[in-house]
Amino acid sequence: MQILTKAILVVAALALAACNNPRGGDYDDPLTNGGAGAGGISSTALGDPNDPTSIAYFNQTIGDTVHFTVDSSDLTAEGVTVLRTQAAWLNRYPSYAILIEGHADERGTREYNIALGARRAARVQQFLIGEGVSSGRIRTVSYGKERPIEACAAQRCWDLNRRATTVVSR
Amino acid sequence: MTQFSRRPVLGLLAGFAVAPGIARAQTPLRIEITEGVIEPVPFAIPDFVAENAAGGQYTAGIARVIANNLSGTGLLREIPPTAHVGRITSFDSPVQFADWRAINSRALITGAVRVNGPTITVKFRLFDVVSGQQLGDGLQLDGRTDAWRRMAHRVSDQVYMRLTGETGYFDSQVVFIAESGPATNRRKQVAIMDQDGENTQYLTDGTSLTFAPRFSPTGDRILFTSYETGFPRIYLMDVASRRRQVLGDQPGEMTFAPRFSPDGGSVVYSLSVDGRTDLYMLNLASGQRWQLTQTDAIDTAPSFSPDGQQVVFESDRTGASQLYIMGLQGGGQNRISQGQGRYSTPVWSPRGDLIAFTKQLNGRFHIGVMRTDGSNERILTQSFLDEGPTWSPNGRVIMFAREEAGNNPVLMSVDITGRNLRRVPTPGPASDPSWSPLLP
Repeated sequence: MQILTKAILVVAALALAACNNPRGGDYDDPLTNGGAGAGGISSTALGDPNDPTSIAYFNQTIGDTVHFTVDSSDLTAEGVTVLRTQAAWLNRYPSYAILIEGHADERGTREYNIALGARRAARVQQFLIGEGVSSGRIRTVSYGKERPIEACAAQRCWDLNRRATTVVSR
Repeated sequence: MTQFSRRPVLGLLAGFAVAPGIARAQTPLRIEITEGVIEPVPFAIPDFVAENAAGGQYTAGIARVIANNLSGTGLLREIPPTAHVGRITSFDSPVQFADWRAINSRALITGAVRVNGPTITVKFRLFDVVSGQQLGDGLQLDGRTDAWRRMAHRVSDQVYMRLTGETGYFDSQVVFIAESGPATNRRKQVAIMDQDGENTQYLTDGTSLTFAPRFSPTGDRILFTSYETGFPRIYLMDVASRRRQVLGDQPGEMTFAPRFSPDGGSVVYSLSVDGRTDLYMLNLASGQRWQLTQTDAIDTAPSFSPDGQQVVFESDRTGASQLYIMGLQGGGQNRISQGQGRYSTPVWSPRGDLIAFTKQLNGRFHIGVMRTDGSNERILTQSFLDEGPTWSPNGRVIMFAREEAGNNPVLMSVDITGRNLRRVPTPGPASDPSWSPLLP
């Protein structure tokens, strides 16, 4: 029974890893495409989420995303905990490059939200640097309200969409 | 762009004096555009007369485009052709005004179309039905047949000007973002269309996320932001050739919110670095750029005054975003918005007297206008998400994007009086409109 549960969890984690890959779909990824953006689609091996050196492990077990309150770029207590864990992992595996994506919810104007996402990404960047992650490894980008993780006209989705995601790649 | 030649229909007016006994001592028909509620003026526009067989295929289409334009102003109301009792069978025959009075029409537009090979000739006249007078001279337009809709827009602009005394806005285009696909992975393309929603063409292929296109003062170039490199960057595109170039590309920076100066020679835009977003100016000829604002805050969504001497922008330097005006070197940054809520996306009117903006208040989004000193704020719209006003070339109409909760965004327009709110047709979901000047 225990083995079966674990197997289901692993499968679920893999499925999530596939869905949540922030560089799937139309994202252009300068870190793997060198800016060429061949069709805007890139592929990255996520690895086994049970392998602590894998991207899947970082995304699922460490947690790649922190959330923000309305119109704020202040880190929450929960966010600080996640980012400390991220920093420890990133310091342990220094070969990974880091892209921090800042996002906003849809309850703002487009260009303001780009700037707000940039502010959130920069806040995470500053925190990781403060935790010893080399600044040379980190780039930031803002998507404003252009790439919500959940689409609904309700607080539940807006809370999820105000976020910064740390995207690691080899 | 197709060039038109335009000349008065000379020699046609002589035999066209107002019929005796019909002319009255009366001021000619004139529509005053005021803040008050007005009753739309009824007008009739029968199909134009075909002056040769080839012209026949355009006679109804041209009349319909003009009727749609004029009705869309909310200032005029068409009496449909099915209600007409009079018939116009010749452009030069005297008008039987009694036929048009009988259906209570106040204005009558007649026209004729002739097609010779690739050339179309459109003539029109405008009449005050009540006084039996012609308003202005007859006018002839010559152009290419594939530009027949533009000729109809030109006629519409002439009619609008003769009736209101103000420049029209029909022979113009709108650049916008055509949206498709799921909200979580939205495909966005820069698109261009005529102001009435016709002739949509896509200027980018949707491979990269794009937003907020803006016309140059002459309508031949656009600025927009694209994630082609994976990061937001400003691009300048020549509309006719679709050639484009990236502006001010520096690693580690995100650039967005570009707007042309009124002379087309400079671009003001936002640059984000280390979480700060400031405004910069770029001289397109020299490539020189200089910083206008220097705060830890978000300074974005700039817009030039029509005289090119000032820039209005939004900043959250005191908390919630407010509107500020400054000089071209960044001097004298004065806050102008004073009301409750947060203000963003200010856009200076082409007349120079008003600033349109987006306002967030109590969870709703509004489009509004205020004077350039912040006084006389008037809210024109409200919805779940109204955003991004852009002015008609004559400063009478504002187009913007509206998103109702859970729905796709659409383009809307509203008069600066707050009246005449209407949907602007687009092929699919659309956002970020930018209205061109009148085409040359």
